[in-house]
Amino acid sequence: MSLEMTDALPDRSAWTQRHLLDLESLSAEEITLILDTADHFKELTDGCRRKISVLVGCTCCNLFFENSTRTRTSFSLAARRLGADTVEFSSSESSVSKGESFIDTAKTLEAMNVDVMVVRHATPGAPHLLAQHLDCSVVSAGDGPHEHPTQGLLDILTIRQHRGDLAGLTVALVGDISHSRTARSNIWALKKLGAHVIVCGPSTLVSPFWEEVGVEVAYDLDEILPRCDVLNLLRIQFERQITRPFPSVREYALLYAMTSERMRLAKSDILITAPGPINRGVEITSEVADGPHSVILDQVTNGLAIRMAVLWLVGGGRNEVYR
Amino acid sequence: MTRGVIIRNGRIVDPSQDLDRETDLLIEDGKVVAIGHDLGNAGCTIDATGWLVLPGLVDMHVELREPGFEEDEVIHTGTAAALAGGFTTIACLPSTDPPVDTQAGVEFILHQAQRANHCHVAVLASVSKGREGEQLAEIGSLVAAGAIGFTDAPLPIHNAELMRRALQYCRMFDRLILNRPRVIELTRNGIMHEGLVSTLLGLPGLPVEAEDVMTSRDVRLAEATGGRVHLMSLSSEGSVELVRRAKARGVAVTADVSPSHIAFGDEELRSFDPNFKLDPPLRSRNHLEACIEGLVDGTIDCIASAHAPRASEKKMLELDMAPFGAIGLETALATVNSRLIETGHLSWSDAVAKLSTNPARILGLEHKGSLAVGADGDVTLVDPHADWVVNPHIFQSKSSNTPFSGCELRGQVMSTIVGGQLRCSVAAESRIDGSTGGLVRR
Repeated sequence: MSLEMTDALPDRSAWTQRHLLDLESLSAEEITLILDTADHFKELTDGCRRKISVLVGCTCCNLFFENSTRTRTSFSLAARRLGADTVEFSSSESSVSKGESFIDTAKTLEAMNVDVMVVRHATPGAPHLLAQHLDCSVVSAGDGPHEHPTQGLLDILTIRQHRGDLAGLTVALVGDISHSRTARSNIWALKKLGAHVIVCGPSTLVSPFWEEVGVEVAYDLDEILPRCDVLNLLRIQFERQITRPFPSVREYALLYAMTSERMRLAKSDILITAPGPINRGVEITSEVADGPHSVILDQVTNGLAIRMAVLWLVGGGRNEVYR
Repeated sequence: MTRGVIIRNGRIVDPSQDLDRETDLLIEDGKVVAIGHDLGNAGCTIDATGWLVLPGLVDMHVELREPGFEEDEVIHTGTAAALAGGFTTIACLPSTDPPVDTQAGVEFILHQAQRANHCHVAVLASVSKGREGEQLAEIGSLVAAGAIGFTDAPLPIHNAELMRRALQYCRMFDRLILNRPRVIELTRNGIMHEGLVSTLLGLPGLPVEAEDVMTSRDVRLAEATGGRVHLMSLSSEGSVELVRRAKARGVAVTADVSPSHIAFGDEELRSFDPNFKLDPPLRSRNHLEACIEGLVDGTIDCIASAHAPRASEKKMLELDMAPFGAIGLETALATVNSRLIETGHLSWSDAVAKLSTNPARILGLEHKGSLAVGADGDVTLVDPHADWVVNPHIFQSKSSNTPFSGCELRGQVMSTIVGGQLRCSVAAESRIDGSTGGLVRR
């Protein structure tokens, strides 16, 4: 192993946040710092394949109160790529039904000297509540329909890698905006970086209130499609709905599924992203998901890079890189 | 030396007799016997110079939680909180376990209140058997046991047929039906006011229509049956307007708002602090202003604390798990002063009407809400200029779930007198001379 120069990574002194709870409260500079750091890590690890020891001695705990495969795996792998120790705790049951409050569960784990608590929870604000009660850093891995900051960041990193600057791009988020944490994280970060954001979907799932914060609200995908540089196709969150907000999946697909026919209305260089898991045949057909415009698998790799960057920044990682 | 209490040099504000002037008040044998100067001496003299002398405050919307939820509040602590907040009479909701739907239930509460010997407690019993919202409770027997009104609050009376029958049936006993209007189908899973903030936070919304639709129903049912309905904790522009128009038509409808709903808007939920999770929810600015307007023009008759104590282990959870509600007895008067009187919306006389005279009249409590000669000797003494910072951990209430934690408020209850006895006081000892009865010094 040899010691490499510290300037391989950006200056982390510009990072002053103890937690990463949402993107709404970050500045454009802070978002850009995470994206730049992620780019560096991606390069340093040959596309997130190799390990670098910048977070040795740091313990990251995945505290997941909601089912998750991809986000949990991605955070675990990111921590281990940086040389951190990882602890896993998952429970899909509500904390109350187990008789222990989720704050107590988190405090118990924290007492095992956890430095960064990565939290996934079905309720908006749960990571914020934990951040008030814990001394360690808290990173949100999604809080109900509120935000999913690392997902928003990885979506934007992917767009940036393909398009360069975000400013002036038109990005449409299509689908179940009401119940989508991905949508909210994307909206804040895209707007801060200067993109024009459209939210599009059935009127029962797209609130007109978005216009009050400068987001375009649309219900007709075919009408907006010719103007879009990027589409982010969101999954319908059936599990968060009490009464179904549209008559049938068939009708939804007719109105909003991204199909080869609809691709003809789009710009020739349109970028298709999706946070996954994707429902083939509902929001996207297989031809489009696997087609030349789709960058869905790039997003997964970028997810690792973003999570490395975030853990390194909040975990107080070193700048010396051992190879 | 004679018995009784004389309160000297205070500013007596009593809207029931259109009185607002500095003078003395004499209470003997638990009753107001004289107002004016040169009233002689009494067993106890209180120097109220610089203070307001108000008819004891009446809160028509309090949860006492005993029996069944003693972790939240017991009658002893709830009534102590009432005294500390200047309330000499409180009406308690049947949100207990078992709910107050039997004579024994009513009598138990009255008995516990008597043991506590703090303030008067009036019982609001369940409209429905088991508070299940289906069949009428034994309203006649409950009236005989002392129930002064009927409600399923904090649950709404959801079933329109039950509401209609209850209004018809209660006419026989001249009793009031109190309802917290909220259509259940429109509010399942809801956590906060549906609007811009809920959209941004991804928190499930409670739309204003849920309140307005039921307010409209209740107004029509009261009109059709000739019954009396009181709408509790109104919070929406639409509901205030519905009540305003109903009153103009002569419908027997009255309404209250809670101090929290005029002090805070839905943007407070940005903190994700469960103490701001209320039912009805804190709403957006326009609704808040409509409630204030309703208070100013008389559409809204009363201000009621909606005191809803919840133990911290229940309340300090994820927002969806945390129960609705906040304590309010010990912050109500100061909030009214800070947010409505100091801001010029209401005069002290208006405020006392909303906090004492009107609720006493609506609940049919004779000799309360007034300091006229012959009225009960229930008096609240207030220093309107005292600033204090809310610290729920020193409150008398057993729970500390308040949205006002850390807020600076102006106006402090100095002493509370019930039936001519000084029951609670934070006044300097030099202000009080003589025997004070059952004083609880805080």
